[in-house]
Amino acid sequence: MNAPKIPLPELMTSGHLACQGCGATQAMRFALKALGPRTALVLPACCWSVIDGPFPHSSLKVPILHTAFEAAASTASGLKAGLEMRGDTETVVMAWAGDGGTFDIGIQALSGAAERNEDIIYCCYDNEAYMNTGIQRSSSTPIGAWTTTTPGVHWKKRPKKKMIDIMAAHSIPYIATASVAYPNDLIEKFRKAREIKGTRFLHVFAPCPTGWKLAPELSVSMARQAVTSKVFPLVEVTDNGRTWKVWKDFEPTPVKDYCMAQGRFRHLSEDELRLVAEGIEENWQYLLSREAGSAFVPGLQH
Amino acid sequence: MKKVIMGNHAVSYGVRASDVKVISAYPITPQTQVVELLSEMCANGELDAKFIAVESEHSALTACVGASAAGSRTFTATSSQGLLLMHEIIHWAVGARLPIVMSNVNRAVGPPWSIWTDQNDSLSQRDTGWLQIYCESNQEVQDTIVQAFKIAETVMLPVMIVLDAFFLSHTFEIVDILEPEAVRPFLPPYRPARKIDTADPHSFGNLAGPGEYFELRYMIEKAMEDSRAVIERTDREFEERFGRGYGIVKPYRCDDADYVLVTSGTVASTTRAVVDAMRAEGIKIGSLKVRVFRPFPFDEVREVLSKAKKVGVIDRNISFGHHGIFYQEVKSALYGRTNVPVTGFITGLGGRDVTPAVIRGIAEKLIAGTNLEPDINWIGVKI
Ligand SMILES: Cc1ncc(C[n+]2csc(CCOP(=O)(O)OP(=O)(O)O)c2C)c(N)n1
Ligand SMILES: [Mg+2]
Repeated sequence: MNAPKIPLPELMTSGHLACQGCGATQAMRFALKALGPRTALVLPACCWSVIDGPFPHSSLKVPILHTAFEAAASTASGLKAGLEMRGDTETVVMAWAGDGGTFDIGIQALSGAAERNEDIIYCCYDNEAYMNTGIQRSSSTPIGAWTTTTPGVHWKKRPKKKMIDIMAAHSIPYIATASVAYPNDLIEKFRKAREIKGTRFLHVFAPCPTGWKLAPELSVSMARQAVTSKVFPLVEVTDNGRTWKVWKDFEPTPVKDYCMAQGRFRHLSEDELRLVAEGIEENWQYLLSREAGSAFVPGLQH
Repeated sequence: MKKVIMGNHAVSYGVRASDVKVISAYPITPQTQVVELLSEMCANGELDAKFIAVESEHSALTACVGASAAGSRTFTATSSQGLLLMHEIIHWAVGARLPIVMSNVNRAVGPPWSIWTDQNDSLSQRDTGWLQIYCESNQEVQDTIVQAFKIAETVMLPVMIVLDAFFLSHTFEIVDILEPEAVRPFLPPYRPARKIDTADPHSFGNLAGPGEYFELRYMIEKAMEDSRAVIERTDREFEERFGRGYGIVKPYRCDDADYVLVTSGTVASTTRAVVDAMRAEGIKIGSLKVRVFRPFPFDEVREVLSKAKKVGVIDRNISFGHHGIFYQEVKSALYGRTNVPVTGFITGLGGRDVTPAVIRGIAEKLIAGTNLEPDINWIGVKI
């Protein structure tokens, strides 16, 4: 996992409008390195609809179709069909949406596209809140976090939505989580996705220093700690949702360290932090049971 | 070949003749048969198109946005609640300058649930930048779909074809079916100047500041203005080729008319029958069907109506807190140009029958001028 295998050609240029330490920007750069120039992007409203740059500029060397917030998956479905019907069967269509555009407002269109098994890559870059509009909670915001709509004592009391489970329940050919702290792994997963037909769902953990109250230079190390503390496990689900693989080859680090480095968790008491850590461990055990095939999921045992 | 078909199938045959490449639609009464026949045509190879069976109208129109941006000819069909669910994307298609064609069956909006006709669904999309064409026969529906693609691809704006629920959607009429081979010289394959293409990458629809947005909106309005001539030319070319033309408006016995009733949709044909009956009695009455609603046919409406002594506008719709919508539009076309008095009549909401007797009642009220409200007269309300 550590030998550097990052392709040299850049499909992202300088001049983009991201904040310092933006994980979403690193994610795009790596993803495009893996996918190559025959990629067309669909961007719903999210930070990336700004990061790319204002009209008439673009910081990406691939075509981009901007679309409405909730419409990434349906626009991508149409784009793929339209390209094919005019004879371009080669271009990879990738919807690239934030966690809000995926977990919340766009989940209907995404579920529809996945159920139809549209031949698209859908990538959710997850910064765990609505960052474009100034740090409001999404259903991907983790339990315990402060956002501008979960302020003070009203910090988020509900856990993050299990998006990978939701996607696995759609019986699609490829699902993976990835992290900007592990670019080789991320690139490998996007390359794998590129070669598969059908709906491929990639979930990339992308720290947002601005929204997490985090020093920009800690962005990558925070992404790494999210993995090693099991907050954001690296998972691959293949065989139409049946086969789960969880990456375990790391030195575990405490959830508390991960949380305390970020302003968004700093209000949590020792007891509350322990509860958060228990939830993380429970989720980890759950993933291991999926990997072991011991979790009975109706409909997937066919 | 002539066939006896329902209005909804006339839509499907229009799409078949237009060599559409991507169709995405969602069923809703009373539009369902459009979708059913199109999926069948895609399945049996009669139509070489991809049919994307989406999970909502919102996704139907966004899929069309994606497919059209890729450079393929696209179509969707909906009605009422479905059209309203699309609303954000209705605007999007215009800003993105995509020549999508959509049929909308005019159905009243709930609550209470209603599946019957009125025009509030499509008219609530009036200011979005879609061209809107209201049809009154199944033949006109099929032919207008074909015309719509040519118009849309010339001016790079989407076009909505509108037909009345049941009175057209489910009414069987004889239609001369257009064959794709015959239509091809009239409507060549869609080849846009700009499209999503990895060989020529561009960013479509990204953030535009106050320094650019204004001009882009001006260009949409320019395209709307230009579309007047394009609609007329397309209709003329169509008539030369296929022997049928429909005009932007359709005046009927208006030349020497003292009284003119302005109508749209299927009410137009009923009104012509009433005009004939009243003419037989020596009453100098005529009617004007507004076929193209956006862009609004200012010149045509002015030319016909400024010769009349009194004008009545029949609206199967209501702008709450204002008046009937065609009435507003007609008045704004005439304001400052002529002093002909115009009176508005609201009738037929939620599919209430607009019979010859109803229209005759309106005409008589207009002519007598008694018990007449200046702007809004509700015809047949039981309270
Ligand atoms: C229909 C609609 N509702 C709300 C918005 C405003 N809006 C734009 S981006 C955004 C949040 C995006 O959050 P996410 O998908 O997580 O992406 P991020 O900004 O975090 O990158 C919101 C609420 C919108 N553009 N459209
Ligand atoms: Mg986000």
